[in-house]
Amino acid sequence: MTSWPLLTVVTFLPLVGVLFILALVRGDEEATNRNARYMALWTSLATFLVSLLIWINFDKSKAGFQFVETLKWFELPGNYTLTYKMGVDGISMFFVLLATLLTPICVISAWTAVKERVREYMIAFLVLETLMVGTFCALDLVTFYVFFEGVLIPMFLIIGIWGGERRVYSAFKFVLYTLLGSILMLLAMFALYFQAGTTDIPALLAFAKDKGIDASMQTWLWLAFFASFAVKTPMWPVHTWLPDAHVEAPTAGSVMLAGVLLKMGGYGFLRFSLPMFPEASIYFTPLVYALSIVAIIYTSLVALAQEDMKKLVAYSSVAHMGFVTLGIFAATHQIKDKAVLGEQAVQGAIFQMLSHGIVSASLFLIVGVVYDRMHTRLIERYGGLVHRMPKYAFVFMVMMLASVGLPGTSGFVGEFLVLLGTFQANVWVAVLAASGVVLGCTYMLWLYRRVIFGQLVRADLKTITDLNFREVIVFAPLVLLVIWMGVYPSSFLDVIGPSVKGLVSDFKAAICARDAACFPGVVGAR
Amino acid sequence: MSWVQIVPALPEIVLVSSAMALLMLGVFLGEKSTRLVSWLAVITLAWVALLVAWLSPTTGRLLLFADMFAVSLYAAFVKILVLGASALGIVMAIGYNQREGIARFEFPILIMLATTGMMMMISANDLIALYVGLELQSLSLYVVASFRRDSVKSTEAGLKYFVLGALASGMLLYGASLVYGFTGSTNFFQLATVLTEKDAGNVGVIIGLVFVMVGLAFKVSAFPFHMWTPDVYEGAPTPVTAFFSAAPKLAAMGLFVSVLVGPFGKLVGQWQQVLILISIGSMALGAFAAINQSNIKRLLAYSSIGHVGYALIGLAAGTEAGYRGVLIYMAIYIAMTLGAFAVVLCMRRGGQMVEAIPDLAGLSKTRPAMALVLLIMMFSMAGIPPLAGFWGKLYVFMAAIDAKLYTLAILGVLASVVAAYYYIRIVKLMYFDEPADAFDRMPGRELGLIQAATAAFTLFFFLFPGPLVRAAEQAVKSLAG
Repeated sequence: MTSWPLLTVVTFLPLVGVLFILALVRGDEEATNRNARYMALWTSLATFLVSLLIWINFDKSKAGFQFVETLKWFELPGNYTLTYKMGVDGISMFFVLLATLLTPICVISAWTAVKERVREYMIAFLVLETLMVGTFCALDLVTFYVFFEGVLIPMFLIIGIWGGERRVYSAFKFVLYTLLGSILMLLAMFALYFQAGTTDIPALLAFAKDKGIDASMQTWLWLAFFASFAVKTPMWPVHTWLPDAHVEAPTAGSVMLAGVLLKMGGYGFLRFSLPMFPEASIYFTPLVYALSIVAIIYTSLVALAQEDMKKLVAYSSVAHMGFVTLGIFAATHQIKDKAVLGEQAVQGAIFQMLSHGIVSASLFLIVGVVYDRMHTRLIERYGGLVHRMPKYAFVFMVMMLASVGLPGTSGFVGEFLVLLGTFQANVWVAVLAASGVVLGCTYMLWLYRRVIFGQLVRADLKTITDLNFREVIVFAPLVLLVIWMGVYPSSFLDVIGPSVKGLVSDFKAAICARDAACFPGVVGAR
Repeated sequence: MSWVQIVPALPEIVLVSSAMALLMLGVFLGEKSTRLVSWLAVITLAWVALLVAWLSPTTGRLLLFADMFAVSLYAAFVKILVLGASALGIVMAIGYNQREGIARFEFPILIMLATTGMMMMISANDLIALYVGLELQSLSLYVVASFRRDSVKSTEAGLKYFVLGALASGMLLYGASLVYGFTGSTNFFQLATVLTEKDAGNVGVIIGLVFVMVGLAFKVSAFPFHMWTPDVYEGAPTPVTAFFSAAPKLAAMGLFVSVLVGPFGKLVGQWQQVLILISIGSMALGAFAAINQSNIKRLLAYSSIGHVGYALIGLAAGTEAGYRGVLIYMAIYIAMTLGAFAVVLCMRRGGQMVEAIPDLAGLSKTRPAMALVLLIMMFSMAGIPPLAGFWGKLYVFMAAIDAKLYTLAILGVLASVVAAYYYIRIVKLMYFDEPADAFDRMPGRELGLIQAATAAFTLFFFLFPGPLVRAAEQAVKSLAG
């Protein structure tokens, strides 16, 4: 185990890159842009390499937080203390890696696509990386909130400056929706602090397990946190910002949104809602089930009707995140008899988030590739691309199959575990969710057929070029990762496992400590 | 009394006698001395601030002039901020007044006199002393509001401010006389001992208290006594607006806290309900009314009404943590508003000031540094972390939750989301829209310096919140006695 503050280094290394970009303004615009691109690339690659050290040094046998760093950044005797605390466990570690992996990919993908204000663009992405990594590492409520909410600033600028035609509308919608949700969470955090007397997340988790938060309070706090995470995830019916934001954001912005930002919602449920408000979580599980099922079926149907490729992928994101929320809250039902099954659903949810982070990011990049060439995202403008772009067709196929959850790809593992866990909890919910898988196949396969297969009839497509070297570099690691995760998921699940086990057994202990009839039949008692 | 006893009041004495001396200097040297007098005034204000810090007792309160005047850490904290804001107000006006042809040496002197009034308000320990300080401040402000004599708007602003201000002062005076009539005292200490929880049913005292609060709410421009704010902010010369939005507001807020906590401390149950309404109203008005504004000064006026609402949350909480929140919030607010006005002062095209919000379009391309400053201010005012405005809100909302004022807190955050809309709309104009014609060259180096300093403070406050929070903590401790 290294002794230096690895997480802080990973979090703030991108900001060092920002400083360099700000300092390197010599020369004409062309030179400045080139410098900014290279600087952002090297910084984000270095960050990624350093973040790999986290994985290498991670102790898979432990359930608790590792690499914990604490810094009292401001202390007032007898008063609230601001603490900077970082740490990762099996639940959060891969999200950090996901963020550090996707940032260099975004930088490369924007290499030639972004021509205006390159410096600002690169700075925005590096700042975004810092905030994202910080969100997943933070172990203090205030630190968490600062990172979580700070994301809005770079994302607003990314959508608004480099976005499409309706970028202003989308940027506003994104910020106002997210702000409304998260600011209620801020109040709930204060209430939590006055209940437990600390903002330290591990201490809060212990408090929730041993003493428990007032049952009447729990309901309100759960709802406040839910408001924030449901918007971020996003869950139906507060998902409407997502298609707008995705369609108008530049390709790399969509990648970050789908790849990492959406995961903050699921992560929040696992880190806060479930362990801190166990009774309320059980109480609200039917609500989450209902919303998830609607998300899976309704947004799949909506995706089926889309004419814009990006919008289709965006709606598929909402459907896939429905599986995530389903899996997370399926855990609450399983507690009563077999804790093992609860774990499976949660593991599945986390795996699904990781898989979706890579697959949907890739799908947005795939749409970006043809958009850069043809400047349209309408499905009807394409067709028969396989004749001109075999490499592209291959990458698209892998990602499309991973998205529909074909065995052997990453998408299968997550969906399978989630459905397995849900089935034990509630058969009907599982049946309805499984129908979503079928719908998912329908819209993805149909999209693929319309874009890739058929005759190449449109005249303007006759000269379209296949993936160039830079694009191959972008897609190669993603394709490999999707297959690795699908064929040998253990290398990921082994890390996630112990922490999830701890989460689920703590959940059970918290319920049983205050409810004598918890074993078996918590749900029946309610 | 021996001469030594007046030492704690030395800052006020130095300030007012320097103002007289500078007035004479101005009279003898004539109009050309404006620059000199202005800078001398700035230096005086700075050195009086040092004097305040030096002479302030570290614990408790020092009382002078038959207990009418109290000096404490609390007073020192607010006074130093007021002096700083006044000094920056003068600095911002120097170049502007010259360019607009209204450079007169009376301007810095009026500001100094207003500042003296503010310091007396903050230190007031008697309803009469309070009134005298308030009037000295107000009369000077009425004059500077209409400082551009040839402009209809400016004189209208001054007149409006005067008439409504006189009305508010009258109400305050009426309330004070009611309180005196029912308690037999105007001294804060005696009032604090005489007034107990039992007086909650004493209609005379309660009506008096409400009238005093009306007067104070007018001075901080809180709903529903805010009507003058947008018009005066728009009509007054821009540096005066900047000054109005900072120093007098802070002083009045400091007074608001010390009056309610001191003499009326035991009636907290009574004034708390009033404050909750005032606070919710201000936040909602600041959020909704600003949306449709097209003039940047009016927008900032409504925004300042909203910010007062947030600061009043802390006061409504009625706890030490809440009062501390008020002080922290106001200190941060002052940095933000001065920074924003420093940008507004640079909005000149073809030698003319422009004030329409669309004039900011594309500023990020024509003036990247200035756009960045305004971006930081706007996101900070919207309360997005890690900028300073977020921490201000954090402290007041935390106090509100601690005091179990959940409805107030929830309505407050909802209002802040609405307000976020118009703040980020400005960011949108500057960053997403096509540039309008570029502004003139940056007028004067001092505006750039103020922009840079306030932006740095807002951006990096989260790294070093210690000094400000600790000072506010100490200040509030001394307030409770």
